[in-house]
Amino acid sequence: MANPDVTKLESIAREGRVQIIRMLTHAGSGHPGGSLSVIDILTTLYFNRMRYDPARPRWEDRDRFVLSKGHCVPAQYYCMAKAGYFPMDRLITLRKLGSPLQGHPDRVMLPGIEAATGSLGQGLSVAAGMALGLKLSDKAGRVYCVVGDGESQEGQIWETLMSAPKLGAPDHHLDNLCVILDYNGIQLDGFVKKILDLEPVTDKLKSFGWPVLEVTGHDIAQVDKALDQAEATKGAPTFIVAHTVKGKGVSFMENEPEWHGKAPKPEEAVRAIHEIAGDPLPAWAAPVVAELSALGKK
Amino acid sequence: MAAKASRAAFGEALIELGARDERIVTLDADLAKSTMTTGFAKKFPSRAFDVGIAESGMIGLAAGLALTGHVPFACSFACFLVGRFETIRVSVAYSDAPVKLVGTHVGVAIGEDGYTQMGLEDIACLRSLPNIPIVQPADEIETKQAVAYAVEHAGPIYLRLTRQNLEPVHEAGYRFRFGRADVLRPGNDVSILTTGGPVWNTLEAAGRLAAEGVHAEVINVATIKPLDDEAILRSAGRTGHVVTVEDHSIHGGLGSAVAELLGEVMPTPLKRIGVTTFGESGDAKGLYARHGLDPDGIAATVHKFLAR
Repeated sequence: MANPDVTKLESIAREGRVQIIRMLTHAGSGHPGGSLSVIDILTTLYFNRMRYDPARPRWEDRDRFVLSKGHCVPAQYYCMAKAGYFPMDRLITLRKLGSPLQGHPDRVMLPGIEAATGSLGQGLSVAAGMALGLKLSDKAGRVYCVVGDGESQEGQIWETLMSAPKLGAPDHHLDNLCVILDYNGIQLDGFVKKILDLEPVTDKLKSFGWPVLEVTGHDIAQVDKALDQAEATKGAPTFIVAHTVKGKGVSFMENEPEWHGKAPKPEEAVRAIHEIAGDPLPAWAAPVVAELSALGKK
Repeated sequence: MAAKASRAAFGEALIELGARDERIVTLDADLAKSTMTTGFAKKFPSRAFDVGIAESGMIGLAAGLALTGHVPFACSFACFLVGRFETIRVSVAYSDAPVKLVGTHVGVAIGEDGYTQMGLEDIACLRSLPNIPIVQPADEIETKQAVAYAVEHAGPIYLRLTRQNLEPVHEAGYRFRFGRADVLRPGNDVSILTTGGPVWNTLEAAGRLAAEGVHAEVINVATIKPLDDEAILRSAGRTGHVVTVEDHSIHGGLGSAVAELLGEVMPTPLKRIGVTTFGESGDAKGLYARHGLDPDGIAATVHKFLAR
């Protein structure tokens, strides 16, 4: 959107990072690295891009968001709470018995989640199907899908990367679909490059018929501009390669494969929040630190 | 009515239903000529999608279409479709996306193509998902009504269809009712529950058994999940002997579903007839004979079971 309030979006994302740390610490498990790498992208989508109404999660004309890399759903839960889908204090029920905030997204339990994901490789196909469905019904809604880089090793991803640029042609091109790669370079077992390299991913995507944009996924102005370009692109879906840093914002988590799927201990969480929110601790972050410090003493 | 493959009846039903209901779309993975959606595609080209030999992607796309208000029929051979179980499990079942899964070419009856193309485990896999009903019609008239039902069914559903022609086993006025088994032939000595391809052979077998003094009740179990507990228990309670006949692995198919029901509610001697090995190439008749699914085989197994 024209002239995004970047400062405001950055402060939403900063709070998001704190809430991600908080949620995972309470849960005692989860995926901090990828949640922290994707939060700036999700903040831009939820607070400066998508049309939705938390009071009417099934509103027909809404934009759809599918987090294909479902394990990073804490970042999405924060955005949903911040947007008003549910109260912020529910975030700490993440992964607890009876909570709709499942370890991976559950469409049935949590209105606002568009598709169950977490078994990697599937969300992109579902998102493309939604884009086609909206086109067939003459709906203006757009579909945004975030895929992971490790996830992009799945065959099903490439099935849809092959089909989506031409699917629906000639009357229903999927130019309402925008795919964003959270390219943080790390997967559970280590570095993507060493395990199964995607490179040259931009060339591959272009050769499959995708218009490709590259951005720094932590630069909200850049992400927003790319989303503008995607929206202006007609006749084909758009792919945004967002270069990110796994664990972004917490020095001891950044680029460390071990933080792919490990929750911080309370004392680590407190350290992380100090780094994210800055010293002296701002008033909004202080209660979280107090809460997590108390958790550590239990 | 002449014999007709349930896949052919499905293709005809789709054209008719598609004309009335614009929500209906089809997805195929390069087997549209075999799943018989080509008639629909010809009539409604903008609503038919052949996505290439990419079944997982096809199932995901179908889920997205279903979640945006369409009624997608995702079609392939049963083995290839249900082979993408993990995508069905999460994107269709867990998301509760009302996709109509259509698996054709079920069982050893496909013949010459051999095991790799035979759907023999699809019921077993899909039975384990909490919200996907399984319907296997026995002839043309039942298939057409089952397809119409699938459109109206609020959630996901699986239709299991044959490559081979099926002799009609129902009268013209037959009404398919989801979740209900129907008695094709009454009898008091043994209950034979059957489904899909071998239904006709089971009736033939019952005729032979009758000539030898054994009066079998033949029940067509078109809805394999949810099972018609009441009808099955009623019959089993009367005859005291149950036999199941299906062109599917005996592990996890109709026979297993019936065993679970009887075991929990009313333990009753049970014999399952079905496939116990990998399939193989051959003519369909020969394969049915090899697996005991021909009239002689079914009759012989029933005799042996009753005489044990």
